[in-house]
Amino acid sequence: MPFMQNLSNAVVLAGTYILMATGLTMVYGVLKVLHIAHAAVYTIGAFIGLLVFTWIGNFWLALAVAMLVSGIVGVLIYRSTYHYILDAPRTVPLIASIGMFVMLTDLLQKKFLMGPYPKSLPVGGAGLPRIETPWFSLTPKQLLILIVTTVLLSIVYLILTRTRIGLGWQAAAMDQDMAAAVGVNLNRVIALNFFLGSALAGAAGVLVGVYNNNVFAAMGDLPSYKAFIIIVLGGMGSLPGTIIASLLLALVENFLVAAVGYVLPRDAIAFSVLILMLMFRPHGLLGQE
Amino acid sequence: MFSGYIISVAIFVGIWVALALSLNILTGYAGQVSLGHAAFFGIGAYTSAILSLKYGFSFWVGLLGAIVITGLIGIVLGLPSLRVHHDFLVLATMGVNFVVVAVFKYVDFFGGAMGIIDLPAPSIFGYSFRGGLPYLLLVWAFVAFTWLVSWYVSKTWVGLAFHTVRIDEDAAAAVGVSVPRFKIYAFAISSALAGGAGCLYGHFIGSVFPDTFVFAESIVILSMVIFGGVGTLRGPILGAIILKAAPELLRFVQDYRFTIYGALLVLMMIFQPMGIIGDDSFLWRLLTRQRRNKEVKA
Repeated sequence: MPFMQNLSNAVVLAGTYILMATGLTMVYGVLKVLHIAHAAVYTIGAFIGLLVFTWIGNFWLALAVAMLVSGIVGVLIYRSTYHYILDAPRTVPLIASIGMFVMLTDLLQKKFLMGPYPKSLPVGGAGLPRIETPWFSLTPKQLLILIVTTVLLSIVYLILTRTRIGLGWQAAAMDQDMAAAVGVNLNRVIALNFFLGSALAGAAGVLVGVYNNNVFAAMGDLPSYKAFIIIVLGGMGSLPGTIIASLLLALVENFLVAAVGYVLPRDAIAFSVLILMLMFRPHGLLGQE
Repeated sequence: MFSGYIISVAIFVGIWVALALSLNILTGYAGQVSLGHAAFFGIGAYTSAILSLKYGFSFWVGLLGAIVITGLIGIVLGLPSLRVHHDFLVLATMGVNFVVVAVFKYVDFFGGAMGIIDLPAPSIFGYSFRGGLPYLLLVWAFVAFTWLVSWYVSKTWVGLAFHTVRIDEDAAAAVGVSVPRFKIYAFAISSALAGGAGCLYGHFIGSVFPDTFVFAESIVILSMVIFGGVGTLRGPILGAIILKAAPELLRFVQDYRFTIYGALLVLMMIFQPMGIIGDDSFLWRLLTRQRRNKEVKA
């Protein structure tokens, strides 16, 4: 495959990683919690998207409802769990998060929700054209991912930099106690944090569901583990780092794995990278001590 | 006297009690939370399967080999704990679990996704036993051994060193406890015992498959330790008995097994982070109140 085509494919793949990892980074940045249950939010987003799309048939409405519901689920997860155990040792919220993830994924597999079998999400390209250039081509689905990712990230960027509550979020990410002391409403900031992050994860779920035309209960597992690799690479809680790390992981997957072939499956390689990274550069590629 | 089914359940419960007790040494005593314990369980099962089938050793050599080799691999896979702390160690152990299962699955030497089948049953003086009361006794003898190791560790200076490493690594180093050494000890002891449990599991089922030892099983083992009471000698036993026997005996629990495990982890973390009969838990205070009152009166 020509170089430019590989590159554009990698950028599209990175888009879904960025949407997924941004929420995790935001939660880690403010609460210092590794939010494993984020994967369940991603799956819930895809599931709601599927429900609305089969019911009404409009992709954009399905995406909006999926993001809204995912955001609310994220806030509920925070209010029902992390809220009570933030002062405990760091493994306590982590274990609670794993419990929440296991519980939600198992519930989603039951017949009255998603059922144990994959379902298709036949959105197609949502009416977008196919892009052809001399160097690379983008299918309508890829274009869709690029547009939605760019728009959503810009909105989140604007909220975090141009609004009062966004400034509060930045302050809380630097120093929670100090932020509270100068009058930042921490409860609101954290709720916003979870809402935005989870809505992005829900959008990622819908987009990946559309892209693979496939939605199933365990679909969040792999992206969430990859998202952890990304936030470690990106230096824990740094948003630009997350974006760069997402691109890097997508590039490595597209170029290296295709070139080398594999002895072990991709994901085992990704995890070996994670372990080595944690051992030798525990603060990420860009992170500082 | 006992039906075969009850004996099978009791054998499974025994193997998971041993697993929970072995994880407790690492997580409860030395404070290194691991989500990769099923990997060591699997390494033990595969070691003994390969020793007995490919090299023709007896079950007993397989058991010993499983304990020793899993312990050694535990030392190597415990190395990340020297650099990585707390929640990131949990991520690293999770990664270890994925990599180990992938190796079992994709390396031909380990039989691939089809696993290894036809493991021989153990025998003494030509009398072979698969399942049944003798195997039950063997499993619970191993449980007793695991308990004795845990008890011994908790009563000696090794236990004290683990305790200091768990509470505060810097302070431990300041008073002369070699933190890296004791972390590696904890990984070695814990994984060696899990390896023994893996061997007993493999020879009881008669086959080993990579899918038995996945990340989800690590969550189950950790749930048992945390539900029962992390860092105590009694908690993991009760946790493993309840969480392993309930799905076997109650249909509803079997269907919603992981929902219940997950919900238990969340609820325990919020309300009783020390476990249902851990130190300082509501139930344990209630149970020991009478004894404490007597002590006060005497």
